[in-house]
Amino acid sequence: MADTPPISRRTLITGAAVAAGGVLLTNLPGAGAQQAATTPVAPPPSAPSDPTKGPGAPTTAVGERSPFVNPQRAPIGEITGTSLTPLQDLTGTITPADLHFTRIHAGVPTIDPAKHTLLIHGLVDRPVELSVADLKRFPAVTRVHFIECSGNGRAAYRTPKPEMTPQQVDGMMSNSEWTGVPLAVLFREVGVKPEASWFLAEGGDAALLDRSIPVSKGRDDALVVWAQNGEALRPEQGFPIRLLVPGYEGNANVKWLRRIKLGAEPFMTRWETSKYTDPLPADKVRMFSFEMDAKSIITSPAYPERLSGPGWWPIRGLAWSGRGRITRVDVSTDGGKTWLAAQLLTALTPKTHVRFEHMWQWDGSESLLMSRATDDQGYVQPTMAQLKAVRGAGTDYHFNSIRAWRVSHDGVVTFEANT
Amino acid sequence: MSRVLVIVTALVLAACRADARDDYLGEKDPKQFGLGHAASAGEVASLDIDVSPNGAGLPPGSGTPEQGATVFAATCASCHGVNGEGKPPAYPQLVGGPKGAFNFATDFKIPRTIGNYWPYATTVFDYVRRAMPLTAPGSLTPDQTYAVTAYLLNREGLLPAGATLDARSLPAIQMPARSHFVPDDRRGSTGGANVR
Repeated sequence: MADTPPISRRTLITGAAVAAGGVLLTNLPGAGAQQAATTPVAPPPSAPSDPTKGPGAPTTAVGERSPFVNPQRAPIGEITGTSLTPLQDLTGTITPADLHFTRIHAGVPTIDPAKHTLLIHGLVDRPVELSVADLKRFPAVTRVHFIECSGNGRAAYRTPKPEMTPQQVDGMMSNSEWTGVPLAVLFREVGVKPEASWFLAEGGDAALLDRSIPVSKGRDDALVVWAQNGEALRPEQGFPIRLLVPGYEGNANVKWLRRIKLGAEPFMTRWETSKYTDPLPADKVRMFSFEMDAKSIITSPAYPERLSGPGWWPIRGLAWSGRGRITRVDVSTDGGKTWLAAQLLTALTPKTHVRFEHMWQWDGSESLLMSRATDDQGYVQPTMAQLKAVRGAGTDYHFNSIRAWRVSHDGVVTFEANT
Repeated sequence: MSRVLVIVTALVLAACRADARDDYLGEKDPKQFGLGHAASAGEVASLDIDVSPNGAGLPPGSGTPEQGATVFAATCASCHGVNGEGKPPAYPQLVGGPKGAFNFATDFKIPRTIGNYWPYATTVFDYVRRAMPLTAPGSLTPDQTYAVTAYLLNREGLLPAGATLDARSLPAIQMPARSHFVPDDRRGSTGGANVR
C-alpha cells in the first residue's frame, strides 16, 4: 500500500463510482442516470483574477454550491439500491439534506402532501386518520439525530480494499435536525390499549415497506417528522412524513409513513426476518437488533487524500451511538498501541453525530490512524478482530469495528479494515 | 445539600432528551387534541393488508404449486430467474439455498433462501402481496398470490406437489429456520473484547 503511486483525485473518484455501481436496471426507470454517474464531470470552473474589480452574480431564488465544490452521493440510478453520503466532503455534523444517504427498495414515490394521510389503528380505542396538516397542529419537537443503515460498513467487513473512501466505507449514514410530533402524543390521542406491545409502521412507497417496533420505543423518543434541517423532508427522505426512531437501524425509520397498526406481537415482515437479521455462530440468528452500537470513523486524513509533507495535520471524524451520548473519542496514530483523547467539538446530545478532532504532528514516518468511540453506557467500539470473533466472518449488519487509515512515508492514505 | 440533589436530579432527567419539552404528556395536558377524523371500518380495511404468522389478515382464496409455476414464469422469472436463482444483490435468490447446516455466520456467500432462512411462511405471502412484482406491485389476485407462494414453498420441499395453499394451510407450515432465531442480546455489552 505504501507503494501505491499517486493518481489524481478525479481518476480515483470516477473509478470508485464505477466499482460501486451495482446492478444495472436496463429495463427499468433510472437506467439513464446510471450512465451519467460514470461520465466525466463538467470542465474545471474559472473565476476572475480579481473578484473585487466588478460586480458579482445577481440574487437567485435558490442558492447553489460554489462551482469549486462538488460533493456527490454515489452510486446513483438504481430503484432498489443505496446512494452514500460523501462523508469526506462534509464538516461539522449536519448532513445537507440533498446529500443525506438514500436507501430505497422500489424507487422514490411522488406524493401529493394534500392527499397523504396517516392511519393509526389496531389495538387502539379510537382509530384515527390524520392529514399532514393535522399532524402539524400537534405539539412539536426539534431534535438532531443520526440515521445509519445497519448494513453500513458491509463492504469494509467483507471485501475491504485499500482504495476505499470514507463514503464507501461508512457513507450509509447521515445526521439531521428533524421536526415532528412525538409518537407518544399520537399514542395518547388514539388511546393505545394496554395489551399493545408492538406497532407496525408502513410506508407509502411501491414496496409498502413495513417494520414492527416496540411500543415502548414509540413512547420513549420516536417521532413522526415532516421537516429536516429547516425545511420540508426531501422526497427521498420520506416526504411528506417519516417515522424517526432515534438510534435504531435506518430501515426502521419508515419513510412516506402512511399507516401505524398497534398489535400484541411483532408482525414478522420480510424486513425483520429475511433481511435485517444477523447470523451468528452456533446456528443462531439475531432478530430485532435495532440499536446501532457506538462507532466512529476518521473522515480526514482518508483515502484518496495525500498529505503534502510532514507537519501539523488535523485528524477529524465523526462518532455516534444509538444507545445514548458519546462520552469520549480516542485517537491513535500508531495502530492502537497508544491512544489520546480527541477534542469533542459539537453538542453531546443523545443519538447524534459528534465531530471530533485531534491535532497531529506527523514526522513523515508510516502511521496507522484509528479512532475509538465510547458512549454513556460504557460501551467501547470494538476492533474488527473482536467483532469477527463473536459474530463470524459471514454475519450481516451492525459492522461497527474500529476503522484505520494507513499513511505511507510519501503521504499516500489508504483504508485498513483489519483492526 | 438537598437543593443540590434536586438540581442534579433535574439535570439528569433533562439529559434523557435533547430538549426539556415534556409538557404535552402531563396530567394537565389534553389527552386528545381532537385532530383528524375517526377512521371508518372501510378506510381501515382498504389499507389493512398485513399478514401475521398466525394467519391473521390472510384473504379468501387458494392456489397450488402447479398454478404458481405459471404465475412465476410470467411475472417473477424475468428478475428472479427461471429457477428462482435471482440476480443478487438487487434481485435475491428465492429458493435452492443449501439445507441442513445453519452456518451462515461462517460465510456471507451462503445463499439465504426461503427454505433455509425465512422463519415464517406467512411472510412470503405478505411480501409478494405488498411489493411484488417490482414493476406492478399489488397486481396479483389473492389466488395468484397463494399460488406463487405455494410454488416457492414446493421448490423448497415444504409443500407437496398438488397441495392447495389457503388461509388455513399456510400458517400451519413449519419453517426449518424458525428455531434458530433469537432476540437481540447486545444490550448491556460493554463492547471491546466483551462485544456480543
